[in-house]
Amino acid sequence: MENLDSTFSALSDSTRRAILSRLAAGEATVMELARPFGISQPAISRHLRVLEEAGLITRRIEGAKRPCRLAPGGIAEIDQWLGVLRRALEMNYARLDRVLAEQTDNERKKT
Amino acid sequence: MTMTKMTLDTEGDTHVLVTRRFAASPEAVYRAHTEPSTIQKWLLGPEGWTMPVCLCDARPGGKFRYEWSNGKGQGFYITGEFVEVEPSRRIVHLERMHLPDPTPENLVETVFEADGEGTMMRMRMTLPDKASRDAMLATGMERGMEASYVRLEGMI
Repeated sequence: MENLDSTFSALSDSTRRAILSRLAAGEATVMELARPFGISQPAISRHLRVLEEAGLITRRIEGAKRPCRLAPGGIAEIDQWLGVLRRALEMNYARLDRVLAEQTDNERKKT
Repeated sequence: MTMTKMTLDTEGDTHVLVTRRFAASPEAVYRAHTEPSTIQKWLLGPEGWTMPVCLCDARPGGKFRYEWSNGKGQGFYITGEFVEVEPSRRIVHLERMHLPDPTPENLVETVFEADGEGTMMRMRMTLPDKASRDAMLATGMERGMEASYVRLEGMI
């Protein structure tokens, strides 16, 4: 991927990642995106420009609106989502392994 | 440690399946999923997050509420209700994530099965439709990315 740097810098912002999460549920306009985030439409538009330049979203023209959607081949690839979610879950379960090991040790000490 | 390797897969349009083996009895793994003081030690996601609020009433009709915080003013919570509870064997619950808008309801069945000296855990999530399922995976991505960047910041 030639624009890996721009992809990573686009993803380094939590609002932009939240926008991608929202777009995973379907196409949305700037107004629809601005509402839940509680930030202005110009601020959302700036984030969208960064995401578009990184090839993560595409926008089409519909009258005065420019609805956005996830770009095919961007982070939208479900395998990539699974990969990141897998790492987050693995961290949880590695912690659970340690908790269970401690409990077993404590029970052994008692007996 | 290949014995404890986790699997995470999608099934059809609306399901997500997770399996993981633990080196402890089904009783112990079940307790770790239902006792608030134990849940707070491991169900934390990315490094740096804590669960300051953990309410869990594991019986049919009982409610739960988990609140996470990153200590920097960011946080979110999950609320849910237990549908079926068979101690040490099986839990069926409904959950919604609040970001703060509630996500569609996720029906989660978790089965704990003795596997030699340990336990095989199988979790099956059912979302109302494909868009909700994919959005849930993307939310996981969002939280996972946070961890990657925290680690990256530590390396620079």
